[in-house]
Amino acid sequence: MSLNIEDNEVDIVIAALRSDLTAFMEKWRPFFSRFHLIIIKDPDVEEDLQIPPGFDHQVFTKSDMAQILGATSINFTGHSCRYFGYLVSHKKYIISIDDDCLPARDNAGTLVDAVAQHIVNLKTPATPFFFNTLYDPFCKGADFVRGYPFSLRNGVECVLSCGLWLNIADYDAPTQVVKPNDRNVRYVDAVMTVPVRALMPVSGINFGFNRELLGPALLPGLRLAGEGKERWETMEDIWCGLCTKVVCDHLGLGVKSGLPYVWRGDGVDVRGAMDSLKREWEGVKLMEEIVPFFQSVRLPSTAVTAEDCVIEMAAMVKEQLGPLNPVFASAADAMVEWVKLWKAVGSQGA
Amino acid sequence: MVDSGLYGAVPSTPLLKDELDIVIPTIRNLDFLEMWRPFFQPYHLIIVQDGDPSKTIKVPEGFDYKLYNRNDINHMLGPKASCISVKDSACRCFGFLVSKKKYIFTIDDDCFVAKDPSGKEINALEQHIKNLLSPSTPFFFNTLYDPFREGADFVRGYPFSLREGITTAVSHGLWLNIPDYDAPTQLVKPLERNTRYVDAVLTIPMGTLFPMCGMNLAFNRELIGPAMYFGLMGDGQPIGRYDDMWAGWCSKVICDHLALGVKTGLPYIWHSKASDPFANLRKEYNGIHWQEEMVPFFQSVKFPKGCTTVQKCYIELSKQVKARLGKLDPYFNKLADSMVTWIEAWDEFNPSENMGAATAEVPNGPAQGK
Repeated sequence: MSLNIEDNEVDIVIAALRSDLTAFMEKWRPFFSRFHLIIIKDPDVEEDLQIPPGFDHQVFTKSDMAQILGATSINFTGHSCRYFGYLVSHKKYIISIDDDCLPARDNAGTLVDAVAQHIVNLKTPATPFFFNTLYDPFCKGADFVRGYPFSLRNGVECVLSCGLWLNIADYDAPTQVVKPNDRNVRYVDAVMTVPVRALMPVSGINFGFNRELLGPALLPGLRLAGEGKERWETMEDIWCGLCTKVVCDHLGLGVKSGLPYVWRGDGVDVRGAMDSLKREWEGVKLMEEIVPFFQSVRLPSTAVTAEDCVIEMAAMVKEQLGPLNPVFASAADAMVEWVKLWKAVGSQGA
Repeated sequence: MVDSGLYGAVPSTPLLKDELDIVIPTIRNLDFLEMWRPFFQPYHLIIVQDGDPSKTIKVPEGFDYKLYNRNDINHMLGPKASCISVKDSACRCFGFLVSKKKYIFTIDDDCFVAKDPSGKEINALEQHIKNLLSPSTPFFFNTLYDPFREGADFVRGYPFSLREGITTAVSHGLWLNIPDYDAPTQLVKPLERNTRYVDAVLTIPMGTLFPMCGMNLAFNRELIGPAMYFGLMGDGQPIGRYDDMWAGWCSKVICDHLALGVKTGLPYIWHSKASDPFANLRKEYNGIHWQEEMVPFFQSVKFPKGCTTVQKCYIELSKQVKARLGKLDPYFNKLADSMVTWIEAWDEFNPSENMGAATAEVPNGPAQGK
């Protein structure tokens, strides 16, 4: 199978929550420089962005967003600004990495090309219907094991590639407070398909997806009342990932998790985490309602595109979760609004 | 969960030497045990000798073991001995039946001690015990794999109500060097070796099936033992090399029903011997075709109310096998009957155990409507 990456197939979408992107982009230069970058400046950031030369990139600011979107009820500040990037991209694949992450080193000490690994994950099949105990069978040196039905060995298209993080792992605020010095040092050399009907927390820190097929399924839906700039103060990616997995399971598309790793952050602001804890108990509590809801979603057979699925789910969210908490009603509205924006802006051209 | 960060030392894994039996099927000598001596010597070994019972199997000195050959199996089980395979490593399940211990570790006699990437020898048994003694998390996938391992935890977004996990019943280990491929793959890739050490243990999600390999496997016999029947394989049977697959599918659907966990990943052993792919092809031929029906069958198994123990689930499974797979081939009628025979034998040898009843009520189960 051809794993050549065409430069014009990929957009790298970066949410700039900090103004000085110099160190970030210099470190990623070997892996980013051949691709087009869409950089979305968080509307809450006031200073101009500092971007080193030599990158083919486009920056979108608050005023660009307002001009393109018009009036919209969706809040594109903070980490959610990246969704605007998905809207304006015309490429088949999108890779998105948080701006506080740098390339990681593998067990041999080599810098990991996270972009290339995401593309490999997206261009090789996923195998959600039966678990392969040697993990990704399409990896060099691996294969399907004895007992794996041959009819399932073609796999299905992989549309979401969820990467991981060394150093500061993506823990919630309570865990950060209890284990401020814990660092993730374990490099697990595997990619695996997340089985059908298995749900998972998708982290927005480091992932890639097939925009052509998933379209509006990657959506800014759930915004916490006290959402902040730290990852443990958000649930937007978790909500988005659950929606996406349900859509993938329904449409027979695959989701992978594992490699690539990125190196994340310098330290944990324990004080900040504790403050978050006081404010963000909300997100942790909401998960108790959110997970059983998504586990119970059954989409009708008439929903044949990602867009159909999102509209169906939005209605279910409104009906079943809406009464429990106003953030859910807002999420449902945001999902519907997002599809409208997608039709108006996102589905233009290729 | 122990917070190793606050208190420093991580507690050492208990040996469980009086609670665990090591079951080894063999037709040759057991020289491989020499390499395992530092790790296996404290334990009682149950050796199930397949093939010619008049052959003497040499066991290295210093091991506490009991050996059963075909004569013993026939003598102890009488007519029920028909459920134990002949000329196939599936006979190992006889060892599970006669054991009186809480845990079983089973390993093939061509499996040696592997080394981790740092060069350290891997105590596979210790890792299996760690896996079995720590909870599983099948209801939501943790992207950092086993959250109970040192240096890992549940990631952001993982519901707190699911973080206690459930009891682990099965620990499925992997193999470096000769990978466990089927015959067609072996023929196409005779030189492929598994050199990738994946430093992870993970729970297999609820509702997901997998191909369970019996080469390097441990389980809680009290919780899931009756489901670990390795089927009718080998001599006189139209199929071979699907014994562990069968036990894996049966035990996984029962584990899912009774909310017991199944883990896969570490530990690795070093698999030294590649079996003859042409012989394997002959044995697997029917299996390769039949698995196309067997897998969908297991994926759609539902247990009625009242299946609250492993034995009840297993008997129910045997009925469904007969009803739905019987039309695929008469072999499945025989297999269904032998599944019942197995449970009868199990109950005869384990009369006071009431397996699975204690796990009927699950505090951290999945949402309704799943």
